[in-house]
Amino acid sequence: MPNQTNLETNILKMSADKKIDLSTEDLHVWYGDNEAIKGVSLEFEENKITSLIGPSGCGKSTYLRSLNRMNDEIESAKVTGKIIYKGIDVNASNIDVYEMRKNIGMVFQRPNPFSKSIYDNIAFALRRHGIKDKNTLDEAVETSLKQAALWDQVKDQLNKSALALSGGQQRLCIARAIALKPDILLLDEPASALDPISTSQVEETLLQLKEDYSIVIVTHNMQQASRISDYTAFFYVGNVIEYDETRKVFTRPKIQATEDYVSGHFG
Amino acid sequence: MSAKKWDKFAVGVLYALSIFIVLILFSLLAFILIRGLPQISWEFLTQPAKSFQVGGGIGIQLFNSFYLLFLTMLISTPLALGAAIYLSEYAKQNWLTDIIRTAIEVLSSLPSVVVGLFGFLIFVIQFDFGFSILSGALALTIFNLPLLTRTIEDSLQAIPGVQREAGLALGLSRWETVTRIILPAAIPGILTGMILAAGRIFGEAAALIYTAGQSAPALDFANWNPQSITSPLNIMRPAETLAVHIWKINSEGVMPDGAQVSAGASAVLVLAVLLFNVVARYLGKKLQKKATSA
Repeated sequence: MPNQTNLETNILKMSADKKIDLSTEDLHVWYGDNEAIKGVSLEFEENKITSLIGPSGCGKSTYLRSLNRMNDEIESAKVTGKIIYKGIDVNASNIDVYEMRKNIGMVFQRPNPFSKSIYDNIAFALRRHGIKDKNTLDEAVETSLKQAALWDQVKDQLNKSALALSGGQQRLCIARAIALKPDILLLDEPASALDPISTSQVEETLLQLKEDYSIVIVTHNMQQASRISDYTAFFYVGNVIEYDETRKVFTRPKIQATEDYVSGHFG
Repeated sequence: MSAKKWDKFAVGVLYALSIFIVLILFSLLAFILIRGLPQISWEFLTQPAKSFQVGGGIGIQLFNSFYLLFLTMLISTPLALGAAIYLSEYAKQNWLTDIIRTAIEVLSSLPSVVVGLFGFLIFVIQFDFGFSILSGALALTIFNLPLLTRTIEDSLQAIPGVQREAGLALGLSRWETVTRIILPAAIPGILTGMILAAGRIFGEAAALIYTAGQSAPALDFANWNPQSITSPLNIMRPAETLAVHIWKINSEGVMPDGAQVSAGASAVLVLAVLLFNVVARYLGKKLQKKATSA
């Protein structure tokens, strides 16, 4: 195990020709007196998949959840630092978080479709955001289900309960998130509760989606990170100690702790 | 004895205990129904009660029971729903929430006769509602509120937190998430809780004796003017319910066939409460199934 107090780090700075969609500057997250994230600064490139990896409890999910301010919902949580999206610090108190979350969508670890029909799972949020026209809704449902590679499986049962949908609930949740046409999609271990077939379907879906979205994904699965992501950030006790292109992190990590982790020596 | 034999013995004892409880329930039910069912007829269910002569029915009491039940649910459901939503979805863990929860618990453990006497002092005397359906419904609301709040809160809590996260992550406000996602998903549980509460209200007597009163003035079922004293809809008229009627017959009944009327009324009461329970279970299961399948 690496020394916890004096961490070496190697954080990638994106070159000027790269388009940055989202970034954080010195982000700290506190749960009460416990500092879960200790000043993380990362940049996420547009239309790329970035993996956040690291041992359990390292703060990667906490960090992800602060990006669309889901930590606001936890009473004891306090987030300081900047979250820059489109040049605006969305961590500021005057930001309309509901509007912001439309642009920064999120998919959770456990598939959590609503107890509504497949159609309504997707149309619901759109309606709440003011889209009433039936044709527009139909189209949005179809498009997002196609993008999530679920359309062929469910097109004849759109009025069935989403809870009855087996093998595909997570893709439905992805479809639900992208129906709002966000810029960024955050995924918190989206495949950890899925069987291998569903997992590979989700991965394929994500690879398709990155043409339109910037994706940040937390994963426990090293193979998954190396298969699908362009960049990988290695979290360790609340810090990012290595952030680079995925192939570099997995083949020639610069930090010993990263090498130990990705090669399975701890974690 | 070996561990295995001990285990068998213990299971046997537990089994016998459960059978014993079921037997008590069934013998009680059998006793009430065998004595009461022969008394029940269409006339019995629809005719008004009689004094000093045989052949009285329970028509007015039956109507009063349902009307009171309806009004009580009408008053208590919105209150309980609001309190439950607050406690389940908004309340922070602090001393205020603790006080609210403790208050609800204390309220739910108050004996109903105490609630009745409180209702008498406040609604009947202080507010001058008199012995009336309104006083009765308000007393029953106090009696019903804590448990109903608790059931609704439990139903809301049973909806997994990831559902709330899903709503919020789609840019919905907390209010929208609660009212459009959590509440609809909790409806089966809430409905079941409401019907079970209805059963409790329907059978309640002690809280009503001093609030809704012990007399059932003749009603004119053709008169739907809520202002009129003979109208069934009038909420300011005294209204003896079925449960109160049974209590009254047995304490100071002035009809020669009091025992038969009481037996018949008891059977009707028990059947109604049973029906509430069966409907609650059926509806709960059915709605749950509907939500999770095609």
